[in-house]
Amino acid sequence: MSERNDSLRSQLDRIQWCALVIGLLCVTGCATAGRLDAAQFFRSWFVAFLFWIGLPLGCLVILMIHHLAGGRWGFGVRRLLEAGTRTLPVMALLFIPLLFGLQALYIWARPEAVAADALLQHKQPYLNVPFFLVRAAIYFAVWLALAWRLDRAAAAQDQTPGPGVTQRLTALSGGGLVAYGVTMTFAAVDWAMSLEPEWFSTVYGVLIMTGQVLGGFALVIIVAALLMKQKPLADAMTAVQFHDLGKFLFTFVVFWAYIAFAQYLIIWAGNLPEETSWYHRRFEGGWSGVGIFLMIFHFFVPFFLLLSADLKRRPGALAAVAAGVLVVCVVDVFWIVKPAFAKNGFSVHWMDVAALAGIGGLWVAAFVRQLKGRSLVPAHDARVEEELRWA
Amino acid sequence: MKRNRPSIYGLLAEFESAEHVLDAAKRAYADGYRKLEAYSPFPVEGLDEAIGFHRSRVPLIVLMGGIAGGLTGFGMECFSAIYHYPINVGGRPLFSWPAFIPVTFELTVLFAAFSAVLGMLALNGLPKPYHPLFNVERFVLHGHDRFFLCVEATDAKFDRETTKRFLESLQPKGVYEVEP
Repeated sequence: MSERNDSLRSQLDRIQWCALVIGLLCVTGCATAGRLDAAQFFRSWFVAFLFWIGLPLGCLVILMIHHLAGGRWGFGVRRLLEAGTRTLPVMALLFIPLLFGLQALYIWARPEAVAADALLQHKQPYLNVPFFLVRAAIYFAVWLALAWRLDRAAAAQDQTPGPGVTQRLTALSGGGLVAYGVTMTFAAVDWAMSLEPEWFSTVYGVLIMTGQVLGGFALVIIVAALLMKQKPLADAMTAVQFHDLGKFLFTFVVFWAYIAFAQYLIIWAGNLPEETSWYHRRFEGGWSGVGIFLMIFHFFVPFFLLLSADLKRRPGALAAVAAGVLVVCVVDVFWIVKPAFAKNGFSVHWMDVAALAGIGGLWVAAFVRQLKGRSLVPAHDARVEEELRWA
Repeated sequence: MKRNRPSIYGLLAEFESAEHVLDAAKRAYADGYRKLEAYSPFPVEGLDEAIGFHRSRVPLIVLMGGIAGGLTGFGMECFSAIYHYPINVGGRPLFSWPAFIPVTFELTVLFAAFSAVLGMLALNGLPKPYHPLFNVERFVLHGHDRFFLCVEATDAKFDRETTKRFLESLQPKGVYEVEP
Protein backbone atom coordinates (compact mmCIF):
# COMPACT_ATOMS: atom_id res chain seq x y z
CA MET A 1 0.00 0.00 0.00
CA SER A 2 2.66 2.51 1.04
CA GLU A 3 4.87 1.34 -1.81
CA ARG A 4 2.08 2.04 -4.27
CA ASN A 5 1.49 5.48 -2.83
CA ASP A 6 5.21 6.17 -3.02
CA SER A 7 5.27 5.41 -6.73
CA LEU A 8 2.21 7.64 -7.20
CA ARG A 9 3.94 10.37 -5.24
CA SER A 10 7.17 10.20 -7.22
CA GLN A 11 5.16 10.19 -10.45
CA LEU A 12 3.34 13.35 -9.33
CA ASP A 13 6.64 14.91 -8.20
CA ARG A 14 8.10 14.34 -11.67
CA ILE A 15 5.11 15.92 -13.42
CA GLN A 16 5.20 18.88 -11.04
CA TRP A 17 8.89 19.60 -11.65
CA CYS A 18 8.65 19.16 -15.42
CA ALA A 19 5.67 21.51 -15.56
CA LEU A 20 7.39 24.04 -13.34
CA VAL A 21 10.59 24.06 -15.44
CA ILE A 22 8.67 24.34 -18.74
CA GLY A 23 6.48 27.06 -17.25
CA LEU A 24 9.38 29.12 -15.93
CA LEU A 25 11.38 28.78 -19.17
CA CYS A 26 8.44 29.87 -21.33
CA VAL A 27 7.45 32.73 -19.02
CA THR A 28 11.06 33.96 -18.97
CA GLY A 29 11.20 33.70 -22.75
CA CYS A 30 7.99 35.66 -23.13
CA ALA A 31 9.07 38.29 -20.62
CA THR A 32 12.41 38.77 -22.39
CA ALA A 33 10.80 39.04 -25.82
CA GLY A 34 8.13 41.26 -24.31
CA ARG A 35 10.71 43.99 -23.77
CA LEU A 36 11.01 44.27 -27.55
CA ASP A 37 7.37 43.74 -28.48
CA ALA A 38 5.26 44.65 -25.47
CA ALA A 39 1.93 44.70 -27.33
CA GLN A 40 2.40 41.14 -28.62
CA PHE A 41 3.41 39.97 -25.15
CA PHE A 42 0.24 41.30 -23.55
CA ARG A 43 -1.99 39.89 -26.29
CA SER A 44 -0.44 36.44 -26.11
CA TRP A 45 -0.47 36.51 -22.31
CA PHE A 46 -4.14 37.52 -22.30
CA VAL A 47 -5.25 34.65 -24.56
CA ALA A 48 -3.30 32.17 -22.45
CA PHE A 49 -4.65 33.65 -19.22
CA LEU A 50 -8.25 33.52 -20.42
CA PHE A 51 -7.91 29.85 -21.28
CA TRP A 52 -6.13 28.73 -18.11
CA ILE A 53 -8.35 30.63 -15.66
CA GLY A 54 -11.19 28.63 -17.18
CA LEU A 55 -9.89 25.42 -15.61
CA PRO A 56 -9.93 26.43 -11.91
CA LEU A 57 -13.22 28.27 -12.40
CA GLY A 58 -14.69 25.30 -14.24
CA CYS A 59 -13.56 23.08 -11.35
CA LEU A 60 -15.24 25.51 -8.92
CA VAL A 61 -18.54 25.30 -10.81
CA ILE A 62 -18.51 21.50 -11.07
CA LEU A 63 -17.63 21.21 -7.38
CA MET A 64 -20.55 23.44 -6.38
CA ILE A 65 -22.92 21.53 -8.68
CA HIS A 66 -21.83 18.34 -6.96
CA HIS A 67 -22.32 19.79 -3.48
CA LEU A 68 -25.80 20.92 -4.49
CA ALA A 69 -26.99 17.87 -6.41
CA GLY A 70 -24.92 15.05 -4.94
CA GLY A 71 -24.31 11.84 -6.80
CA ARG A 72 -21.56 9.26 -6.90
CA TRP A 73 -20.12 10.71 -10.12
CA GLY A 74 -18.53 13.52 -8.14
CA PHE A 75 -17.26 11.60 -5.12
CA GLY A 76 -14.18 10.20 -6.84
CA VAL A 77 -13.18 13.45 -8.54
CA ARG A 78 -14.00 15.84 -5.70
CA ARG A 79 -10.39 16.08 -4.56
CA LEU A 80 -9.27 16.84 -8.11
CA LEU A 81 -11.86 19.61 -8.35
CA GLU A 82 -10.85 21.01 -4.97
CA ALA A 83 -7.20 20.98 -5.99
CA GLY A 84 -8.25 22.88 -9.11
CA THR A 85 -10.03 25.57 -7.12
CA ARG A 86 -7.00 25.99 -4.83
CA THR A 87 -4.94 27.11 -7.83
CA LEU A 88 -7.01 30.30 -8.15
CA PRO A 89 -4.48 32.40 -6.16
CA VAL A 90 -1.82 31.48 -8.76
CA MET A 91 -4.12 32.65 -11.55
CA ALA A 92 -4.78 35.88 -9.64
CA LEU A 93 -1.01 36.49 -9.56
CA LEU A 94 -0.70 35.70 -13.27
CA PHE A 95 -3.42 38.29 -13.96
CA ILE A 96 -1.25 41.09 -12.57
CA PRO A 97 1.08 41.42 -15.63
CA LEU A 98 -1.99 42.29 -17.73
CA LEU A 99 -2.60 45.40 -15.61
CA PHE A 100 0.54 46.95 -17.13
CA GLY A 101 -0.73 46.36 -20.65
CA LEU A 102 -4.30 47.67 -20.53
CA GLN A 103 -3.48 50.33 -23.11
CA ALA A 104 -2.00 47.74 -25.46
CA LEU A 105 -5.04 45.49 -25.08
CA TYR A 106 -8.03 47.80 -24.88
CA ILE A 107 -8.83 50.67 -27.20
CA TRP A 108 -11.03 52.24 -24.53
CA ALA A 109 -7.97 52.54 -22.27
CA ARG A 110 -6.20 54.86 -24.75
CA PRO A 111 -7.21 58.48 -24.03
CA GLU A 112 -6.46 59.67 -27.59
CA ALA A 113 -8.69 56.92 -29.08
CA VAL A 114 -11.51 57.76 -26.68
CA ALA A 115 -11.22 61.48 -27.52
CA ALA A 116 -11.72 60.66 -31.20
CA ASP A 117 -14.68 58.31 -30.81
CA ALA A 118 -18.15 59.33 -29.63
CA LEU A 119 -19.17 55.73 -28.91
CA LEU A 120 -16.21 55.16 -26.59
CA GLN A 121 -17.00 58.42 -24.80
CA HIS A 122 -20.55 57.22 -24.34
CA LYS A 123 -19.33 53.96 -22.84
CA GLN A 124 -16.67 55.58 -20.68
CA PRO A 125 -18.65 55.59 -17.42
CA TYR A 126 -18.30 51.79 -17.49
CA LEU A 127 -15.22 51.20 -19.62
CA ASN A 128 -12.52 53.14 -17.82
CA VAL A 129 -9.32 51.95 -16.17
CA PRO A 130 -10.05 52.63 -12.46
CA PHE A 131 -13.50 51.02 -12.57
CA PHE A 132 -12.08 48.10 -14.58
CA LEU A 133 -9.51 47.48 -11.84
CA VAL A 134 -12.10 47.69 -9.07
CA ARG A 135 -14.33 45.20 -10.86
CA ALA A 136 -11.48 42.77 -11.51
CA ALA A 137 -10.58 42.95 -7.81
CA ILE A 138 -14.19 42.16 -6.89
CA TYR A 139 -14.31 39.14 -9.24
CA PHE A 140 -11.14 37.65 -7.82
CA ALA A 141 -12.25 38.42 -4.25
CA VAL A 142 -15.54 36.57 -4.81
CA TRP A 143 -13.88 33.55 -6.47
CA LEU A 144 -11.06 33.29 -3.94
CA ALA A 145 -13.46 33.63 -1.01
CA LEU A 146 -15.73 30.94 -2.45
CA ALA A 147 -12.88 28.55 -3.16
CA TRP A 148 -11.38 29.16 0.28
CA ARG A 149 -14.63 28.64 2.21
CA LEU A 150 -15.55 25.51 0.23
CA ASP A 151 -12.07 24.16 0.86
CA ARG A 152 -12.23 24.86 4.60
CA ALA A 153 -15.61 23.14 4.87
CA ALA A 154 -14.36 20.14 2.87
CA ALA A 155 -11.36 19.83 5.21
CA ALA A 156 -13.71 19.99 8.21
CA GLN A 157 -15.87 17.28 6.64
CA ASP A 158 -12.94 14.88 6.61
CA GLN A 159 -12.56 15.32 10.40
CA THR A 160 -16.20 15.19 11.42
CA PRO A 161 -18.67 12.74 9.93
CA GLY A 162 -22.33 13.67 9.94
CA PRO A 163 -24.69 15.79 7.89
CA GLY A 164 -23.82 19.20 9.44
CA VAL A 165 -20.86 20.10 7.23
CA THR A 166 -22.51 18.62 4.17
CA GLN A 167 -25.47 20.97 4.66
CA ARG A 168 -23.10 23.91 5.02
CA LEU A 169 -21.38 22.95 1.74
CA THR A 170 -24.77 22.72 0.01
CA ALA A 171 -25.91 26.13 1.24
CA LEU A 172 -22.58 27.70 0.28
CA SER A 173 -22.74 26.18 -3.20
CA GLY A 174 -26.26 27.45 -3.92
CA GLY A 175 -25.27 31.06 -3.36
CA GLY A 176 -21.85 30.41 -4.83
CA LEU A 177 -23.21 29.35 -8.21
CA VAL A 178 -25.27 32.53 -8.44
CA ALA A 179 -22.25 34.62 -7.45
CA TYR A 180 -20.12 32.86 -10.07
CA GLY A 181 -22.75 33.38 -12.76
CA VAL A 182 -22.94 37.11 -12.09
CA THR A 183 -19.20 37.76 -11.66
CA MET A 184 -18.12 35.62 -14.60
CA THR A 185 -20.67 37.28 -16.92
CA PHE A 186 -19.23 40.67 -16.02
CA ALA A 187 -15.66 39.37 -16.19
CA ALA A 188 -16.26 38.01 -19.69
CA VAL A 189 -17.70 41.35 -20.79
CA ASP A 190 -14.89 43.34 -19.14
CA TRP A 191 -11.94 41.25 -20.19
CA ALA A 192 -12.83 39.76 -23.56
CA MET A 193 -15.91 41.43 -25.04
CA SER A 194 -14.59 44.97 -24.43
CA LEU A 195 -11.65 44.19 -26.75
CA GLU A 196 -14.14 45.19 -29.46
CA PRO A 197 -16.12 47.81 -27.53
CA GLU A 198 -18.47 48.66 -30.40
CA TRP A 199 -19.88 45.12 -30.32
CA PHE A 200 -22.11 43.39 -27.76
CA SER A 201 -23.83 40.06 -27.24
CA THR A 202 -25.92 39.19 -24.20
CA VAL A 203 -25.12 35.49 -24.36
CA TYR A 204 -21.36 36.11 -24.39
CA GLY A 205 -20.88 35.41 -20.67
CA VAL A 206 -22.72 32.10 -20.92
CA LEU A 207 -20.57 31.11 -23.89
CA ILE A 208 -17.37 31.75 -21.91
CA MET A 209 -18.75 29.95 -18.84
CA THR A 210 -19.75 26.93 -20.92
CA GLY A 211 -16.20 26.72 -22.21
CA GLN A 212 -14.91 26.84 -18.63
CA VAL A 213 -17.16 24.04 -17.36
CA LEU A 214 -16.38 21.95 -20.44
CA GLY A 215 -12.66 22.46 -19.80
CA GLY A 216 -13.16 21.55 -16.13
CA PHE A 217 -14.83 18.25 -17.00
CA ALA A 218 -12.19 17.45 -19.63
CA LEU A 219 -9.48 18.15 -17.04
CA VAL A 220 -10.87 15.91 -14.29
CA ILE A 221 -11.53 13.08 -16.76
CA ILE A 222 -7.92 13.19 -17.94
CA VAL A 223 -6.46 13.38 -14.42
CA ALA A 224 -8.79 10.70 -13.03
CA ALA A 225 -7.90 8.36 -15.91
CA LEU A 226 -4.19 8.92 -15.22
CA LEU A 227 -4.49 8.34 -11.47
CA MET A 228 -7.06 5.53 -11.43
CA LYS A 229 -4.49 2.79 -11.92
CA GLN A 230 -3.33 3.27 -8.36
CA LYS A 231 -4.98 3.37 -4.99
CA PRO A 232 -6.91 5.13 -3.56
CA LEU A 233 -8.62 6.42 -6.71
CA ALA A 234 -8.79 2.90 -8.17
CA ASP A 235 -11.61 2.07 -5.71
CA ALA A 236 -13.55 5.31 -6.15
CA MET A 237 -13.43 5.49 -9.95
CA THR A 238 -15.08 2.65 -11.86
CA ALA A 239 -16.51 2.41 -15.36
CA VAL A 240 -19.82 3.75 -13.99
CA GLN A 241 -18.21 6.98 -12.76
CA PHE A 242 -16.39 7.50 -16.06
CA HIS A 243 -19.66 6.85 -17.89
CA ASP A 244 -21.28 9.64 -15.85
CA LEU A 245 -18.41 12.07 -16.43
CA GLY A 246 -18.54 11.21 -20.13
CA LYS A 247 -22.22 12.12 -20.17
CA PHE A 248 -21.37 15.48 -18.60
CA LEU A 249 -18.69 16.07 -21.22
CA PHE A 250 -21.21 15.23 -23.93
CA THR A 251 -23.80 17.57 -22.38
CA PHE A 252 -21.45 20.52 -22.34
CA VAL A 253 -20.19 19.85 -25.86
CA VAL A 254 -23.82 20.05 -27.01
CA PHE A 255 -24.55 23.04 -24.79
CA TRP A 256 -21.54 24.92 -26.19
CA ALA A 257 -22.77 24.29 -29.73
CA TYR A 258 -26.28 25.36 -28.76
CA ILE A 259 -25.13 28.66 -27.23
CA ALA A 260 -22.53 29.40 -29.92
CA PHE A 261 -25.08 28.78 -32.65
CA ALA A 262 -27.81 30.76 -30.84
CA GLN A 263 -25.54 33.81 -30.79
CA TYR A 264 -24.69 33.35 -34.46
CA LEU A 265 -28.28 32.77 -35.57
CA ILE A 266 -29.62 35.86 -33.79
CA ILE A 267 -26.91 38.10 -35.20
CA TRP A 268 -27.27 36.55 -38.66
CA ALA A 269 -31.05 37.02 -38.61
CA GLY A 270 -30.85 40.60 -37.32
CA ASN A 271 -28.16 41.44 -39.88
CA LEU A 272 -27.28 44.77 -38.24
CA PRO A 273 -23.87 46.28 -39.08
CA GLU A 274 -22.85 46.90 -35.45
CA GLU A 275 -23.58 43.27 -34.57
CA THR A 276 -22.27 41.44 -37.65
CA SER A 277 -18.86 43.16 -37.46
CA TRP A 278 -17.70 40.58 -34.91
CA TYR A 279 -18.41 37.66 -37.24
CA HIS A 280 -17.09 39.50 -40.31
CA ARG A 281 -13.76 39.82 -38.57
CA ARG A 282 -13.83 36.09 -37.78
CA PHE A 283 -14.80 34.98 -41.28
CA GLU A 284 -12.09 36.88 -43.13
CA GLY A 285 -8.39 36.41 -43.78
CA GLY A 286 -8.07 32.76 -42.81
CA TRP A 287 -10.15 32.96 -39.61
CA SER A 288 -13.09 31.21 -41.31
CA GLY A 289 -10.94 28.06 -41.48
CA VAL A 290 -10.57 28.20 -37.69
CA GLY A 291 -14.34 28.67 -37.36
CA ILE A 292 -15.03 25.62 -39.52
CA PHE A 293 -12.44 23.67 -37.52
CA LEU A 294 -14.37 24.58 -34.35
CA MET A 295 -17.68 23.48 -35.86
CA ILE A 296 -16.21 20.09 -36.73
CA PHE A 297 -13.96 19.42 -33.75
CA HIS A 298 -15.74 21.34 -31.01
CA PHE A 299 -19.09 19.79 -31.89
CA PHE A 300 -19.52 17.12 -34.55
CA VAL A 301 -16.53 14.86 -33.80
CA PRO A 302 -16.87 14.79 -29.96
CA PHE A 303 -20.67 14.60 -30.32
CA PHE A 304 -20.64 11.44 -32.39
CA LEU A 305 -17.76 9.88 -30.45
CA LEU A 306 -19.43 10.50 -27.10
CA LEU A 307 -22.72 9.00 -28.25
CA SER A 308 -21.11 5.60 -27.69
CA ALA A 309 -21.70 4.17 -24.21
CA ASP A 310 -18.74 1.81 -24.64
CA LEU A 311 -16.35 4.68 -25.22
CA LYS A 312 -17.58 6.56 -22.16
CA ARG A 313 -17.02 3.51 -19.97
CA ARG A 314 -13.38 3.08 -21.08
CA PRO A 315 -11.23 5.57 -19.11
CA GLY A 316 -8.39 5.62 -21.65
CA ALA A 317 -10.61 6.30 -24.64
CA LEU A 318 -12.70 8.87 -22.76
CA ALA A 319 -9.55 10.65 -21.58
CA ALA A 320 -8.30 10.80 -25.18
CA VAL A 321 -11.54 12.47 -26.28
CA ALA A 322 -11.34 14.81 -23.27
CA ALA A 323 -7.77 15.76 -24.20
CA GLY A 324 -8.95 16.56 -27.72
CA VAL A 325 -11.79 18.67 -26.32
CA LEU A 326 -9.33 20.56 -24.10
CA VAL A 327 -7.11 21.38 -27.08
CA VAL A 328 -10.12 22.57 -29.07
CA CYS A 329 -11.11 24.75 -26.08
CA VAL A 330 -7.77 26.55 -26.53
CA VAL A 331 -8.58 27.09 -30.21
CA ASP A 332 -12.02 28.38 -29.20
CA VAL A 333 -10.56 31.02 -26.86
CA PHE A 334 -8.02 31.90 -29.55
CA TRP A 335 -10.79 32.34 -32.16
CA ILE A 336 -12.90 34.45 -29.82
CA VAL A 337 -10.08 36.78 -28.74
CA LYS A 338 -7.33 36.89 -31.33
CA PRO A 339 -9.20 38.38 -34.35
CA ALA A 340 -9.73 41.51 -32.23
CA PHE A 341 -5.97 42.14 -32.44
CA ALA A 342 -4.91 40.55 -35.70
CA LYS A 343 -6.56 42.91 -38.15
CA ASN A 344 -4.54 41.47 -41.05
CA GLY A 345 -5.94 37.97 -40.96
CA PHE A 346 -5.11 34.71 -39.25
CA SER A 347 -1.71 34.44 -37.64
CA VAL A 348 -0.09 32.61 -34.74
CA HIS A 349 2.85 34.32 -33.05
CA TRP A 350 5.44 32.15 -31.31
CA MET A 351 4.68 34.05 -28.13
CA ASP A 352 1.03 32.84 -28.30
CA VAL A 353 2.31 29.29 -27.94
CA ALA A 354 4.99 30.19 -25.40
CA ALA A 355 2.57 32.11 -23.15
CA LEU A 356 0.12 29.21 -23.29
CA ALA A 357 2.88 26.77 -22.28
CA GLY A 358 4.26 29.22 -19.71
CA ILE A 359 1.05 29.91 -17.80
CA GLY A 360 0.05 26.29 -18.39
CA GLY A 361 3.28 24.94 -16.90
CA LEU A 362 2.93 27.09 -13.80
CA TRP A 363 -0.73 26.18 -13.44
CA VAL A 364 -0.13 22.44 -13.83
CA ALA A 365 2.68 22.62 -11.27
CA ALA A 366 0.38 24.41 -8.83
CA PHE A 367 -2.42 21.92 -9.51
CA VAL A 368 -0.21 18.88 -8.89
CA ARG A 369 1.16 20.50 -5.73
CA GLN A 370 -2.38 20.96 -4.41
CA LEU A 371 -3.28 17.42 -5.47
CA LYS A 372 -0.51 15.99 -3.32
CA GLY A 373 -1.57 17.99 -0.30
CA ARG A 374 -4.63 15.89 0.56
CA SER A 375 -5.75 12.30 0.35
CA LEU A 376 -7.20 11.69 -3.10
CA VAL A 377 -10.55 10.44 -1.82
CA PRO A 378 -12.73 12.27 0.73
CA ALA A 379 -13.12 10.51 4.08
CA HIS A 380 -16.79 11.33 4.61
CA ASP A 381 -19.76 12.49 2.67
CA ALA A 382 -23.05 11.95 4.44
CA ARG A 383 -25.02 11.93 1.23
CA VAL A 384 -22.75 9.50 -0.59
CA GLU A 385 -22.70 7.17 2.41
CA GLU A 386 -26.50 7.21 2.29
CA GLU A 387 -26.43 6.27 -1.37
CA LEU A 388 -23.85 3.54 -0.92
CA ARG A 389 -26.10 1.92 1.66
CA TRP A 390 -28.74 1.43 -1.02
CA ALA A 391 -26.41 0.27 -3.74
CA MET B 1 -33.36 -36.50 -26.72
CA LYS B 2 -36.87 -36.75 -25.42
CA ARG B 3 -37.41 -34.75 -22.30
CA ASN B 4 -40.12 -34.51 -19.77
CA ARG B 5 -41.52 -31.26 -21.18
CA PRO B 6 -45.26 -30.79 -20.82
CA SER B 7 -46.72 -27.56 -22.09
CA ILE B 8 -46.19 -24.96 -19.40
CA TYR B 9 -44.89 -21.39 -19.77
CA GLY B 10 -42.25 -21.81 -17.12
CA LEU B 11 -41.47 -21.95 -13.42
CA LEU B 12 -41.81 -18.93 -11.20
CA ALA B 13 -39.97 -18.47 -7.91
CA GLU B 14 -41.01 -15.85 -5.37
CA PHE B 15 -38.52 -13.97 -3.19
CA GLU B 16 -38.93 -11.45 -0.39
CA SER B 17 -35.96 -9.17 -0.95
CA ALA B 18 -33.99 -7.59 -3.77
CA GLU B 19 -30.73 -9.11 -2.51
CA HIS B 20 -32.27 -12.57 -2.48
CA VAL B 21 -33.62 -12.41 -6.04
CA LEU B 22 -30.34 -10.92 -7.28
CA ASP B 23 -28.40 -13.77 -5.70
CA ALA B 24 -30.86 -16.34 -7.08
CA ALA B 25 -30.63 -14.86 -10.58
CA LYS B 26 -26.84 -15.01 -10.48
CA ARG B 27 -26.89 -18.63 -9.39
CA ALA B 28 -29.46 -19.61 -12.00
CA TYR B 29 -27.38 -17.97 -14.70
CA ALA B 30 -24.24 -19.68 -13.40
CA ASP B 31 -26.12 -22.99 -13.46
CA GLY B 32 -26.61 -22.56 -17.21
CA TYR B 33 -30.13 -21.14 -17.48
CA ARG B 34 -30.44 -18.45 -20.15
CA LYS B 35 -34.18 -17.85 -20.66
CA LEU B 36 -34.52 -16.02 -17.37
CA GLU B 37 -36.74 -13.11 -16.54
CA ALA B 38 -36.94 -11.19 -13.28
CA TYR B 39 -39.84 -9.07 -12.00
CA SER B 40 -39.50 -6.51 -9.23
CA PRO B 41 -41.51 -3.57 -7.88
CA PHE B 42 -38.54 -1.21 -8.45
CA PRO B 43 -35.35 -1.33 -10.52
CA VAL B 44 -32.77 -3.52 -8.80
CA GLU B 45 -29.24 -2.51 -9.68
CA GLY B 46 -27.31 -5.34 -11.32
CA LEU B 47 -30.37 -7.57 -11.84
CA ASP B 48 -30.41 -7.02 -15.61
CA GLU B 49 -26.77 -8.11 -15.87
CA ALA B 50 -27.45 -11.06 -13.56
CA ILE B 51 -30.05 -12.55 -15.92
CA GLY B 52 -27.69 -12.07 -18.84
CA PHE B 53 -29.26 -8.93 -20.30
CA HIS B 54 -26.34 -6.89 -21.55
CA ARG B 55 -27.39 -4.74 -24.38
CA SER B 56 -30.58 -2.97 -25.23
CA ARG B 57 -31.17 -2.09 -28.87
CA VAL B 58 -33.12 1.03 -27.87
CA PRO B 59 -30.07 3.37 -28.27
CA LEU B 60 -29.64 2.28 -31.88
CA ILE B 61 -33.33 2.90 -32.60
CA VAL B 62 -33.04 6.35 -30.97
CA LEU B 63 -30.01 7.17 -33.12
CA MET B 64 -31.85 6.16 -36.28
CA GLY B 65 -34.89 8.15 -35.19
CA GLY B 66 -32.75 11.20 -34.45
CA ILE B 67 -31.00 11.07 -37.82
CA ALA B 68 -34.34 10.58 -39.59
CA GLY B 69 -35.78 13.56 -37.68
CA GLY B 70 -32.84 15.78 -38.54
CA LEU B 71 -33.04 14.89 -42.22
CA THR B 72 -36.80 15.39 -42.23
CA GLY B 73 -36.54 18.82 -40.62
CA PHE B 74 -33.74 20.05 -42.85
CA GLY B 75 -35.35 18.50 -45.93
CA MET B 76 -38.72 20.07 -45.18
CA GLU B 77 -37.14 23.51 -44.76
CA CYS B 78 -35.15 23.16 -47.99
CA PHE B 79 -38.18 21.94 -49.90
CA SER B 80 -40.48 24.74 -48.78
CA ALA B 81 -37.93 27.57 -48.90
CA ILE B 82 -36.23 26.69 -52.19
CA TYR B 83 -38.74 24.80 -54.37
CA HIS B 84 -42.24 24.98 -53.08
CA TYR B 85 -42.60 28.58 -51.96
CA PRO B 86 -39.40 30.52 -52.72
CA ILE B 87 -39.61 33.98 -51.20
CA ASN B 88 -37.01 36.73 -50.85
CA VAL B 89 -36.49 37.56 -47.16
CA GLY B 90 -34.36 40.67 -46.73
CA GLY B 91 -32.21 39.77 -49.73
CA ARG B 92 -30.96 36.55 -48.14
CA PRO B 93 -30.25 33.53 -50.37
CA LEU B 94 -33.05 30.97 -50.66
CA PHE B 95 -30.80 28.35 -49.11
CA SER B 96 -30.33 30.17 -45.78
CA TRP B 97 -29.20 27.18 -43.74
CA PRO B 98 -28.77 28.94 -40.37
CA ALA B 99 -32.51 29.60 -40.32
CA PHE B 100 -33.19 25.91 -40.92
CA ILE B 101 -31.23 24.69 -37.91
CA PRO B 102 -33.81 25.30 -35.15
CA VAL B 103 -36.43 23.18 -36.94
CA THR B 104 -33.80 20.54 -37.74
CA PHE B 105 -32.79 20.43 -34.08
CA GLU B 106 -36.35 20.25 -32.77
CA LEU B 107 -37.38 17.48 -35.15
CA THR B 108 -34.21 15.55 -34.28
CA VAL B 109 -35.19 15.67 -30.60
CA LEU B 110 -38.86 14.90 -31.34
CA PHE B 111 -38.18 11.90 -33.55
CA ALA B 112 -35.50 10.59 -31.17
CA ALA B 113 -37.88 10.86 -28.20
CA PHE B 114 -40.70 9.12 -30.03
CA SER B 115 -38.42 6.35 -31.24
CA ALA B 116 -37.18 5.87 -27.67
CA VAL B 117 -40.71 5.34 -26.33
CA LEU B 118 -42.08 3.37 -29.29
CA GLY B 119 -38.86 1.35 -29.69
CA MET B 120 -38.93 0.43 -26.00
CA LEU B 121 -42.58 -0.69 -26.28
CA ALA B 122 -41.90 -2.68 -29.45
CA LEU B 123 -38.83 -4.44 -28.02
CA ASN B 124 -40.78 -5.30 -24.88
CA GLY B 125 -43.56 -6.77 -27.00
CA LEU B 126 -46.06 -4.24 -25.63
CA PRO B 127 -48.96 -3.73 -25.57
CA LYS B 128 -49.68 -7.31 -24.55
CA PRO B 129 -53.27 -8.00 -23.51
CA TYR B 130 -52.48 -11.48 -22.18
CA HIS B 131 -49.47 -12.76 -20.28
CA PRO B 132 -49.32 -16.30 -18.83
CA LEU B 133 -47.57 -15.10 -15.66
CA PHE B 134 -50.81 -13.63 -14.38
CA ASN B 135 -52.20 -17.18 -14.19
CA VAL B 136 -50.15 -17.39 -11.00
CA GLU B 137 -52.31 -15.58 -8.50
CA ARG B 138 -49.43 -14.34 -6.34
CA PHE B 139 -47.69 -12.72 -9.32
CA VAL B 140 -49.65 -9.45 -8.82
CA LEU B 141 -47.41 -8.91 -5.77
CA HIS B 142 -44.52 -8.06 -8.11
CA GLY B 143 -46.06 -4.60 -8.11
CA HIS B 144 -46.00 -4.42 -4.31
CA ASP B 145 -43.18 -5.96 -2.32
CA ARG B 146 -42.27 -9.31 -3.86
CA PHE B 147 -39.56 -10.26 -6.34
CA PHE B 148 -39.99 -13.01 -8.91
CA LEU B 149 -37.58 -15.01 -11.01
CA CYS B 150 -39.00 -16.95 -13.92
CA VAL B 151 -37.24 -19.75 -15.82
CA GLU B 152 -39.09 -20.05 -19.10
CA ALA B 153 -39.87 -23.45 -20.58
CA THR B 154 -38.14 -22.56 -23.86
CA ASP B 155 -34.79 -22.69 -22.06
CA ALA B 156 -32.60 -25.48 -23.45
CA LYS B 157 -31.79 -26.65 -19.94
CA PHE B 158 -35.42 -26.51 -18.74
CA ASP B 159 -36.80 -29.63 -17.19
CA ARG B 160 -39.96 -29.51 -15.14
CA GLU B 161 -38.64 -31.60 -12.25
CA THR B 162 -34.94 -30.74 -12.07
CA THR B 163 -35.54 -27.03 -12.66
CA LYS B 164 -38.15 -27.06 -9.91
CA ARG B 165 -35.71 -28.75 -7.54
CA PHE B 166 -33.04 -26.26 -8.50
CA LEU B 167 -35.31 -23.28 -7.84
CA GLU B 168 -36.36 -24.76 -4.50
CA SER B 169 -32.70 -25.06 -3.56
CA LEU B 170 -32.48 -21.25 -3.78
CA GLN B 171 -34.82 -21.03 -0.78
CA PRO B 172 -37.60 -18.96 -2.31
CA LYS B 173 -40.92 -18.18 -0.64
CA GLY B 174 -42.51 -20.51 -3.15
CA VAL B 175 -42.15 -22.04 -6.62
CA TYR B 176 -45.14 -22.03 -8.96
CA GLU B 177 -45.84 -23.63 -12.30
CA VAL B 178 -47.05 -21.11 -14.85
CA GLU B 179 -49.91 -22.25 -17.09
CA PRO B 180 -49.36 -21.22 -20.70
